[in-house]
Amino acid sequence: MTVPTDLETGSPPAVARPEARWGPWQTGAAILRRDLYVTGREFPLFLAQVILQPLFLLFVFGKVLTQLGYARPGYTAVLFPGLVALAAVLTGLQSTALPLVIEFSYSNEIEDRLLAPLPTGAVAIEKVVFSAMRGVVAAGVMFPIGVWLLGSIPWSSGAAAGVVVMTVLGALIGAAMGLVLGTYVAPNRINVTFALVLTPLLFTGSSQYPWPSLAHIRWFQVVCACNPMTYVSEGLRGLMSPGVPHIHLWICFVVAGASLVALCVIGMVGFLRRAVG
Amino acid sequence: MRGDPGEREWAVEVDRLVKRYPKAPVDSVAGITFRVPPGEVFGFLGPNGAGKTTTIGVLTTRIKPTGGRANVAGVDVAGDPVGARRLLGVVPQQNNLDRSLSVRQNLLFHASYHGVPGPERKRRADKLLEQFGLADRPNGRPDDFSGGQIQRMMIARSLMHEPRVLFLDEPSTGLDPAARLFLWECVARLREEGTTVVITTHDMDEAATLSDRVAIIDHGTLLALDAPSTLVRGMAGERVLDCTVEPSPRADGAAMCAALGQLEPVDRVEPVEDPETPGWRFRISVQGEAAPLIGEVATVISTAGGRLTDVRLGEPTLEDLFIQLTGRSLR
Repeated sequence: MTVPTDLETGSPPAVARPEARWGPWQTGAAILRRDLYVTGREFPLFLAQVILQPLFLLFVFGKVLTQLGYARPGYTAVLFPGLVALAAVLTGLQSTALPLVIEFSYSNEIEDRLLAPLPTGAVAIEKVVFSAMRGVVAAGVMFPIGVWLLGSIPWSSGAAAGVVVMTVLGALIGAAMGLVLGTYVAPNRINVTFALVLTPLLFTGSSQYPWPSLAHIRWFQVVCACNPMTYVSEGLRGLMSPGVPHIHLWICFVVAGASLVALCVIGMVGFLRRAVG
Repeated sequence: MRGDPGEREWAVEVDRLVKRYPKAPVDSVAGITFRVPPGEVFGFLGPNGAGKTTTIGVLTTRIKPTGGRANVAGVDVAGDPVGARRLLGVVPQQNNLDRSLSVRQNLLFHASYHGVPGPERKRRADKLLEQFGLADRPNGRPDDFSGGQIQRMMIARSLMHEPRVLFLDEPSTGLDPAARLFLWECVARLREEGTTVVITTHDMDEAATLSDRVAIIDHGTLLALDAPSTLVRGMAGERVLDCTVEPSPRADGAAMCAALGQLEPVDRVEPVEDPETPGWRFRISVQGEAAPLIGEVATVISTAGGRLTDVRLGEPTLEDLFIQLTGRSLR
């Protein structure tokens, strides 16, 4: 073992340090670069992790059931936009919730970020932004997979911009849900909470059926209306398959936007409570 | 103590600091005041739960104070936490290294959060890895290293942005003797180079060896604050008999304590709560020579229903002062 010698820990007095001009935005960007670096290094693994579930859903419901005659051929127009929404929201959620629980309670890894020169809340925002990026990538890969599996995917001209905005919104909503889960749920309850939250979220988000068609199962329609993912699914459906009955686009955007703000506020309160004693 | 900084600001300035956690019946930190001049190694000595870590938490912007004021390098930690974080470095109790990154990357990314430019980052990382004996495995993952090596990584990481004040929270807990010695040498080196170091410990030797000044803290209150030698000097002329007693079932600790106190040259008898010692432990403070008293002490203990199993003679240490102030062992 060698003893440290010549530690230059004093700061040079005359010349302003470059760090002096360094702002919270740059620190936030540096933290984001770290997250992107780690994900980038394991990109194939990340892809496998996020696309497997939607891939199987698409294959079984979109291809197998249709070919066997249990689902009508037009069903993919309903299903595909819903699965894009599902991929965006769920990936966003999973990228925030579990890592946050682990970093706050077991690995304490988040401390180095909380001690970086940026406002504490910005660490939460970075998490949401990064998780949303993962959600957008997961949703994005659904398109080539859809083309490959189904031969063609529902599309309407001029929908591209709207689809991008709604997908980003969906991924952000998922990431903000993850922020809420990751900061409010006790670490020892995270497994049971995931089981109790994920499955209902998966099946009440109108990704496998159009919401207006639930009119004759009124109670279920009300339940689905409470899931922010419904508005992402319906919005994408309205954009990509306008022929399928859907909630008005403007309602989808407004409710999705409002849900995002509400979830972010709740999640931020939870985050600050965990991060600052 | 390195003295009043004069025109320059204090490295740490704490004024009537109070922290009460929500729903807690008492204050964790109950109005403590102290100042640390630049370049000093300042030791925080106290048992677990004394308020050391809470105080460090406030100073490192991780805990919001309930009352009072705390500055680090002239920056109000509650008012401008972002500004304070640029100037302080933290080595926490528990491993919080980034497990997804290698040792070298841990250092590099930390510096990037603090805005150290790329080439400078690499230069500092390589130098610190070398100095802390980590240069042979810069690409290893933190999980593959020993506790002592992890401790060194965390210190190296905290120095990457060249902080003015470095906070070390219980740095030697769980380290083997060699690693502990290495850590002490690191702190001594930092001191020589003028970095202010605030260190918390419940290890008497560590506090006495490393610190220019020691603050003894218990129940959130500052009990004493001075250079270790000065603190102990207040107990000049005293000798200490540290006795371990194996009690019989009928023995009464309080009665034994009182009987020992009756002996002529005995100043004080302090029962020590020490979970590491089987049986009972007493520290008997004596004016003048203590050795001639051992026979009498053994007799008194035996009469009171116990058996003297171990006795150690010594000068008063920080531990005696601590026991005198709090009635408790530090362990």
